Amino acid sequence: MKDRGSMLLKKSQDVRSSEITPKSLYLNRRKFLAGAALAGAAAATGAGLRELISPSTTALAGTKIDGIKKSPFSTTETVTPYKDVTTYNNYYEFSTDKDGPAKLAQNFRTRPWKVKIDGLVDKKQELDIDAILKMAPPEERIYRHRCVEGWSIVVPWVGFSLSELIKRANPTSKAKFVEFTTILDMSQMPGQQRNVLQWPYVEGLRMDEAMHPLALLCFGMYGEDLPNQDGAPLRVVVPWKYGFKSAKAIVRIRFTDRQPLNTWNISAPTEYGFYSNVNPNVDHPRWSQAKERRLGEFFKRPTLMFNGYADQVASLYTGMDLKKNF
Amino acid sequence: MLRYLKPVVFLACLAPLGWLVWRGLHDALGANPIEAITHSTGDCTLTFLLITLSVTPLRKLTRQYWLINFRRMLGLFAFFYGTLHLLIWAYVDKRFDMHDMLADVVKRRFITAGMTAFALMIPLALTSTKWSIRKLGGKRWQLLHRLIYFSATAGVIHYIWLVKADLKKPLEYASVLAVLMLYRLVAWIISRSAAVGKVRASEG
Repeated sequence: MKDRGSMLLKKSQDVRSSEITPKSLYLNRRKFLAGAALAGAAAATGAGLRELISPSTTALAGTKIDGIKKSPFSTTETVTPYKDVTTYNNYYEFSTDKDGPAKLAQNFRTRPWKVKIDGLVDKKQELDIDAILKMAPPEERIYRHRCVEGWSIVVPWVGFSLSELIKRANPTSKAKFVEFTTILDMSQMPGQQRNVLQWPYVEGLRMDEAMHPLALLCFGMYGEDLPNQDGAPLRVVVPWKYGFKSAKAIVRIRFTDRQPLNTWNISAPTEYGFYSNVNPNVDHPRWSQAKERRLGEFFKRPTLMFNGYADQVASLYTGMDLKKNF
Repeated sequence: MLRYLKPVVFLACLAPLGWLVWRGLHDALGANPIEAITHSTGDCTLTFLLITLSVTPLRKLTRQYWLINFRRMLGLFAFFYGTLHLLIWAYVDKRFDMHDMLADVVKRRFITAGMTAFALMIPLALTSTKWSIRKLGGKRWQLLHRLIYFSATAGVIHYIWLVKADLKKPLEYASVLAVLMLYRLVAWIISRSAAVGKVRASEG
């Protein structure tokens, strides 16, 4: 376990080919099945076959993370295919098109990477990403992920509870909230050249939300390093909240006594609140939140209270009017 | 000439649908195919509405008056893609649940606008025949078909109201529509002042 950090630093060429075989097999099998279905439908053409013969390389770009523990928090629902989770991204720093980040984030630099810890802490510090990754053993957390737009996916994230980092950051007793800031780098993130949102992206959690064991500090998925378009090298995943609460590419974690602003709230205060808990009974002003389209499914399915994590997190909000605190 | 050109234009108008079907069969609609189909048919509806609206300015500015022969087909394709767009929403999102759909039309302003845009196209599609023109009389028919201005406007508003933050694409449609409507305003002012001029000349 103590050399996990160095394992993580391995470049892709260091990884034994035997380690990545299962994934490629799995992907090829998927392509094969898709291809077979196409052929069966008498619809297979040159293009379809080409894709079958040489599957896209991006699907194998990740570096495997070793020593991942399973987690009791994981759902047993069908995991969304890797290809969908890596080509359908809301990451406005790169593009407002869903398929844009996968293309535009390819050369995003995730090393060297430092995370500034400041605000109401005993000692302000700057942590190296690789030091953070060694704080606790990696766990696989298969979570439902519900976007405020009305679609959802099931993702096998890799990380550990955010509380592990917060404990080590030593916030003072005055700290009531924690704020996450995404990197600001127009040269690498073309989307930041447009004022679609206010940059850099900021998000926040109440301290007890952030300390909740479900709140994940995430650096991987599908057993590999996090792809750039999914928030590498470091993001949070807060599964009972709408996806935009889970900040990506974090460079600063600030502890504060006042409720931080969050980017979407700044953009449209009547539409996106600070809490943004998944709630089928509180609609977005412009659309219903009662149902969602799970990627890969035809019809919509009902959205669950707190995205199905009510048993674990509902107690955080007892006595609160969730219509007001949307 | 026109006899050969019409089928060509007809097939060109079907190309977006063909492209959609092809991508559907080849698993190339991305992670959310339903959304891709919904967006694509919506884009087609707006595009065809705007193309239909550009026939008159184009034929007058270029003096290619024969272009009028394509206007009905283009307008009907707007209606065709609009119908597909609506049906996908009604079936896949709402499973033809009338109550649920009506609730959305009343409650969600972007759906109110979209439904208005579609409803305004219905009388235009129904009266698109030569017989209707004769029956209604040219003047009244023309007046009725000005509903397309409101349909296109409602369609653009529908798009503006549904996006989260990036207004780029809906505003592109809005600016094209604005130019096409501005042309009509200017043409109207010119024709009016010409008419006034004539009256004055006859008085003097």
